Amino acid sequence: MINYALRRVLSALPIMLIAITVCFVILRLAPGGPFDGERPLPPTVLQNVMAHYNLDKPLWEQYWIYLSGVLRGDLGPSMTSYDFSVSQLLAIGMPFTLMLGMTAFVFATAAGMLAGAVAAVYQNKWPDYLLVLAVMIGLIIPNFLMAALLQLAFGVHLKWLPAGGWPGFSIPHLILPVLVLSWPHAARISRLMRGSMIETLGTNYVRTARAKGLGSRLVLARHALKPALIPVVSYLGPGLSYLLTGSLVVENVFGLPGIGRYFVNAALNRDYGLVLGTTIFYVVLILILNLIVDLVYAWLDPKVRYR
Amino acid sequence: MTNVLDVRDLNVSFALHDSEVHAVRNLDFSLHAGETLAVVGESGSGKSQSFLAIMGLLARNGRATGSAKMGEVELVGMAPEKLDKYRGKDIAMIFQDPMTSLNPSLRVRTQLSEVLVKHQGYDEKKALKESIEMLERVGIPAPERRAAAYPHELSGGMRQRVMIAMALLCRPKILIADEPTTALDVTVQAQMLDLFKELTTDFGTALVMITHNLGVVAGLADRMMVMYGGRAVETGAVDELFYDPRHPYTLGLLSSTPNPESRAQRLNPISGLPPSLEHLPPGCSFNPRCAFRFERCFEERPPLAPYGAGERRKACFYEGELLPEERSA
Repeated sequence: MINYALRRVLSALPIMLIAITVCFVILRLAPGGPFDGERPLPPTVLQNVMAHYNLDKPLWEQYWIYLSGVLRGDLGPSMTSYDFSVSQLLAIGMPFTLMLGMTAFVFATAAGMLAGAVAAVYQNKWPDYLLVLAVMIGLIIPNFLMAALLQLAFGVHLKWLPAGGWPGFSIPHLILPVLVLSWPHAARISRLMRGSMIETLGTNYVRTARAKGLGSRLVLARHALKPALIPVVSYLGPGLSYLLTGSLVVENVFGLPGIGRYFVNAALNRDYGLVLGTTIFYVVLILILNLIVDLVYAWLDPKVRYR
Repeated sequence: MTNVLDVRDLNVSFALHDSEVHAVRNLDFSLHAGETLAVVGESGSGKSQSFLAIMGLLARNGRATGSAKMGEVELVGMAPEKLDKYRGKDIAMIFQDPMTSLNPSLRVRTQLSEVLVKHQGYDEKKALKESIEMLERVGIPAPERRAAAYPHELSGGMRQRVMIAMALLCRPKILIADEPTTALDVTVQAQMLDLFKELTTDFGTALVMITHNLGVVAGLADRMMVMYGGRAVETGAVDELFYDPRHPYTLGLLSSTPNPESRAQRLNPISGLPPSLEHLPPGCSFNPRCAFRFERCFEERPPLAPYGAGERRKACFYEGELLPEERSA
């Protein structure tokens, strides 16, 4: 098990490198640069600024400078927020983004699994149909529209919840963003869970468990749930990346102080350092969570451990 | 002789989109304490479904009516929660495919000891100890190590031994084995049948052996019930049915079985195909394939009527002897 975990950690390193490289190259291929404002800078100033950020050097040298910085833990300066380094900006936004993302992820995963399992047990009865409806709503309505609709309904008309903003930690301010963020994720998970649970309930080993007279609760909890979770858990990794991309939009719509806000602005302003830094942050996050998912997977399916 | 199971007028049907298929019709039989009853028939003859119905394990769209009494307990129509008091304890079942019948994500010991915890109220420790003893009993070497294994670490024969151990943990009165050797190597099959014989005798368990292998029947069973198209067509002691079959289908099954003692070059298969349960022919279901049919067979269905002395019964109008020579005519 420990060996397996170590192997997974090692295999994450080349993925990091590839992600950084691809992102670096794509950013430089995009037209425009961090200092192409509406009012052009005087040539001498521009030259100085470019030299300051090493942007006048050949691309491979810039790449090398950046990469060696990353290896030392230095993500470089931000090119639009002049007084901050990328690491500082990330440190400001990270706690909130992590908190929002993880809350939504845990909530969506738990709700999705539960809903899917219930729908499978009550296959083609009303709880199942109810789930189909909720899933459809979650998948069809894009998050920015869903956010606006919920803000309008609960924030403006009903006045049950704040429509946005962040006055410091407050659960009411968190409810709508988490709901918007987790709905599509929970929808996908519940569909997977439902299908997988129905399949598991039809297997010979669940029939064996029934024949042993274990009672429906034990049959479901001990015999059906674990195998049924396998395909669902393998989706959690990719599912998480959907959720995190969603959090960029949701943070902006609700005016929340996370990394998403920087990322969108940084991309629009060609703030190379900040975009790369944010990307690295998300890559690391996804890799770590994927690793956790893989370990859970090995626990669920004993056959995986020996491969 | 006391009966451990009395089945009367058991019917099993499955609801399809716009129709209903009757898999088992009007099944009557009794199982005596400690005996081995073989249930024989082609695929789709209803032999598995009858017993899945008794165990309350029909598919979602399945429905059973009639009666199956284990002593005073009526099993048909019983709520699943109530049935769980008897399933696995007094009446146990072993399935065809040991590869898929054990849970891949649970250790063998968990799957065994949970039966004792549930039905005998043992604590985990005592249940584990007894489970390991039972593994040893069914001939698993190094039972403690195997108990900690996952099913995929065991061979097919080993897994079927685990299934047998699991079914016998509570010393049930009735053990239903649904083609328990079909998925195994021939050499392992023979060992497995010996094991069945030995254990059911020791525990006084009545065994129902569902099979299409007449070799299994001959070596193991006391009585047999031949099923065709969802009905029993002939029942009686194995010896009687083997040496003097009275239903043309029983005869067909016997003469399509390879027999190393006869030097006949070719087997005699039963011509035609098993009937579709949705479109059974009028009269006797076997009439399209029968060499002994006459007008009456197309007009009415022969009831499963007593024949001769004892418990023997057959569902056939033909009264003559079924000599193998006549069949080729």
